[in-house]
Amino acid sequence: MITVKDIYKTFGENHVLRGITAEFKSGKNNLIIGGSGSGKTTLLKCIVGLHEPTKGQVFFADQNFTDMDFEQRVPIRTHIGMLFQNSALFDSMTVEENIMFPLNLFTDKSKEEKLERANFCLERVNLKGKNKLFPAELSGGMKKRVGIARAISMQPKYLFVDEPNSGLDPKTSILIDELISELTLEYNTTTVVVTHDMNSVMGIGDHIIFLHDGQKWWEGTNKEIAHTDNKELNDFVFASKFMQAAKAKL
Amino acid sequence: MFHSLGRYILLLRLSFRKPEKFSVYWAGVMREMVSIGIGSLGIICIISVFIGAVAAVQVAFQLISPIIPKTVVGSISRDSTILEFSPTICALVLAGRVGSSIASQIGTMRVTEQIDALEIMGVNAPGYLISPKIISGVSMIPLLTIISVILGLSGGYLACAVSRDVAPSDYIAGLQDGFNHVIVTVCAVKSIVFGFIITSVCAYFGFYTSGGALEVGQSATKGVVYSCIWILFADLIISSLLL
Repeated sequence: MITVKDIYKTFGENHVLRGITAEFKSGKNNLIIGGSGSGKTTLLKCIVGLHEPTKGQVFFADQNFTDMDFEQRVPIRTHIGMLFQNSALFDSMTVEENIMFPLNLFTDKSKEEKLERANFCLERVNLKGKNKLFPAELSGGMKKRVGIARAISMQPKYLFVDEPNSGLDPKTSILIDELISELTLEYNTTTVVVTHDMNSVMGIGDHIIFLHDGQKWWEGTNKEIAHTDNKELNDFVFASKFMQAAKAKL
Repeated sequence: MFHSLGRYILLLRLSFRKPEKFSVYWAGVMREMVSIGIGSLGIICIISVFIGAVAAVQVAFQLISPIIPKTVVGSISRDSTILEFSPTICALVLAGRVGSSIASQIGTMRVTEQIDALEIMGVNAPGYLISPKIISGVSMIPLLTIISVILGLSGGYLACAVSRDVAPSDYIAGLQDGFNHVIVTVCAVKSIVFGFIITSVCAYFGFYTSGGALEVGQSATKGVVYSCIWILFADLIISSLLL
């Protein structure tokens, strides 16, 4: 479980996060949603330690991650997998090398064992046999799947996903969402997904946090989201005519 | 300026933290050595031969007179090639070739979140990305400079042989005349320092890139410009201290 307590983040005069407190449970798809500039990605970066919060703390299980130095964070980081918005695959490495990279650095496995794990991860994301391709040779959806394969190579306890559906067609988006959801159950990970894709929200949102203007505005599940009377959330969720029509049918 | 200097020193400190796994870093050093050393060999060979030839021709033009021994062309070409032309001009060329590559490579990794990905995994990103480049720079650039000196002096010989202003035998005699090995020490110190400046300064600008493709280009340009300035400044300091 991950707990964030009273997180503030300020960039100069810009107050991006203003006192966010939340819990992200293990074995659940925890979604952070909100409009552009609401602070979703900043919150995610504060949780994983890419940004240091101006105020507040982040706990992984009971360990205060915020107060740790780089060396102290390493054991926790080896349990973290992250899929970035643009996949962030290492351009100079093949698919296989990308997946084996954390294994090379943080495990004492033999080359055969690492290769076996890489092949398993690739098979898990339906990319069997793509070992020797470079990221430049992959489509957007394939890059995301390799990103997921790399993220799960160390069998993480915590999985962070930033905008998994950006730049993908609806069908591939659903496949990626399903994959994230399956892996969450399979590894019992605490999964935190930043998204503004309503298909993801309705499809895999076990636990949803809605951010508005740097604050937590609403919290609930995908079943509750359609029946809320929160104006800002309704404006966000039912912005499109398609969603308005769907709501009318409910 | 002090803010940047402080950040640069802190980045260097982070770069030389204990590696997560020595073998992975060692592989990185080997890759960078090939990239910097072998990758730059062609351009260094070409410019060195021409620099040596031009130096010999110009010294011959200015100093040939009945009262000056012809061997002086070889002596002056040797000293200027070893002391200045090879280490400094090679370093300036390498700042363009190697430095811009380092800054744009690291800068691209920054803007495409690859450095964030390293940090998330628990990898010391400055150590993994920068230390192999610095180690390769301070080891390969002196080697390239040695090659440059040999080719520069050979270029002078060729120029003498072709132009006939000075007999090649006089040039060779001049190369051996009054040799002071301090100039070799100065050359070695310069090339090591220049190697460090090129790799570390360009890595610094690449590492702190923010934005997109435009900023990556700007970082590469800044890296090259600042390394050239620091190379010339270090050249003056080293020459003043050691000669």
